[in-house]
Amino acid sequence: MAALIPFRPAPSPGLRAIPGHRPMSDDKYISIEGIARRYPAPGGGRTTVFEDLWLPMRRGEFVCMIGHSGCGKTTVLNILAGLEAPSEGVVIAAGREITGPSLDRAVIFQGHALLPWRTVLGNVAYAVSSRWRKAGKAEVEERARAAIATVGLAGSEHKRPAELSGGMKQRVGIARALAIAPKMLLMDEPFSALDALTRGTLQDEVRRICLETGQTVFMITHDVDEAIYLADRIVLMTNGPGAQVAEIVENPLPKARDRAALHHAPGYYALRNHLIDFLVTRSRSFKDARPADYDPRHPPVVRPTLSDSDAAAIAASA
Amino acid sequence: MRRPASSLALRAAILSVGFLAAFLLVWQVATHGVGRTEAMDPDYAALMGQTATTGKSAMPGPAEVGATIWRHLKDPFYDRGPNDKGIGIQLAYSIGRVALGYGLAVLVAIPIGFLIGMSPLIGRALDPYIQLLKPVSPLAWMPLALYTIKDSGLSAIFVIFICSLWPMLINTAFGVASTRKEWLNVARTLEVGPFRRAVTVVLPAAAPTILTGMRISIGIAWLVIVAAEMLVGGTGIGYFVWNEWNNLSITNVITSILVIGLVGMLLDQGLARAQRLVTFPE
Repeated sequence: MAALIPFRPAPSPGLRAIPGHRPMSDDKYISIEGIARRYPAPGGGRTTVFEDLWLPMRRGEFVCMIGHSGCGKTTVLNILAGLEAPSEGVVIAAGREITGPSLDRAVIFQGHALLPWRTVLGNVAYAVSSRWRKAGKAEVEERARAAIATVGLAGSEHKRPAELSGGMKQRVGIARALAIAPKMLLMDEPFSALDALTRGTLQDEVRRICLETGQTVFMITHDVDEAIYLADRIVLMTNGPGAQVAEIVENPLPKARDRAALHHAPGYYALRNHLIDFLVTRSRSFKDARPADYDPRHPPVVRPTLSDSDAAAIAASA
Repeated sequence: MRRPASSLALRAAILSVGFLAAFLLVWQVATHGVGRTEAMDPDYAALMGQTATTGKSAMPGPAEVGATIWRHLKDPFYDRGPNDKGIGIQLAYSIGRVALGYGLAVLVAIPIGFLIGMSPLIGRALDPYIQLLKPVSPLAWMPLALYTIKDSGLSAIFVIFICSLWPMLINTAFGVASTRKEWLNVARTLEVGPFRRAVTVVLPAAAPTILTGMRISIGIAWLVIVAAEMLVGGTGIGYFVWNEWNNLSITNVITSILVIGLVGMLLDQGLARAQRLVTFPE
């Protein structure tokens, strides 16, 4: 199996946190600093879902978090959104501690969460009028229509969510998030309820929109291929309780990705196998077989480079 | 062969008319009387009344009731003193009292229901009182109302208020408390303040449940007003029924029953329509 993991841990990038001094840089646009989530366990004591979680995110970066159910992925996202507070630690966004929800961070919910009594336009306009409170009706509608057109739903503005397919509903959810021109998008398994075909189309859309607008994105997924296609970096969470960031995988695939040819790209299968190996075995065994130099403040960054054997194989086949 | 959907409606209508005809027939036969029973002294017969002398049933037949209904419909708003007012006037009094008591109950129940639904603390604190007062028959409040308000008309309104309160209060609290968390989270991530959140998210989400409570309440209010007016007297359809009973005018009593049913049905249908307006498909 080791031959299938042609990745070498890269030295940690120089992102040492300096206590009491938090420079706001593009390298640390969002910084998760030592957060934990604990709740009272039945029969006394406390259960720790995850702890000592550190993760910096760059501006304009697409980060996917992968892990099994129960590792607290959704809680991490909710903390980033400001919907929940961590039991310990803080999250810094653009130089400020997150203390509550903000219009700067738009959330795309797993179950689309559209207001069923409003039309498509009404749902998006609700977000727009919340963002620009003093905007006139015409301006709100114009912005809402523009966002709806971006996700390819022009013409369906007056439909109600119940009249839309699952994929269209999630498009409205994306339009609602984009309409408020957020600085960051948070997505909680946004496509998990969709069929494979719709999921693919929406992944393409999200990728295009995020590249065009330079969004910083944090997305939770359990779909390895989705993470490979979309992410710049993939955060691997160990199993809960007591989950931790096992490592951060930098996606070696070029930024210009073609879905159809993705599985032919050099390094694709190695990356995929690495992720699946993690989910199948290492997410469970990591706790017991922790590397000696593991530092939760600086989880190992795995920068995929072709292994010698892979390089040799490619050379031989040429 | 498949029958179109309208065929079911048509057959149901035919059957309904059939039931009505059968009922009217049985009614007619049952109240027809048995004919002269025995000869008696004319002076004694005058004292005994028609039931004893001619075998005529004291129960009016459908034709008599029909004639009475027609008479009431022709002139529903006449007013010949305190004991003889048109059925339209009596109904207007009752509907007015229900509207006032029910309206007050809406104004009290919906805000408090919102409070209970949004705050588990207040919900728990008020729960014992609601549980205790909810099963009390609204008429049991009547003496207390008469003693404190000292006005029988207002007391009837109070009784309507108190009986309309509970279903609306409980349904509003339930509807508000069961607003989906994800909808609330949408509002929170959009930095929507608590008041706007209550109006734009919680109210539409809870509206179908609130309307259900309002529909139950109007039904109870219309049930209770008849009993309340029998007690307080003076005006109203309940008083009218009791007065006609004292007059031994069974035709008028039957007419009132039909009219009370009709108005109750209209009130219920009105709220059912309102409920359909606020219900959203998911």
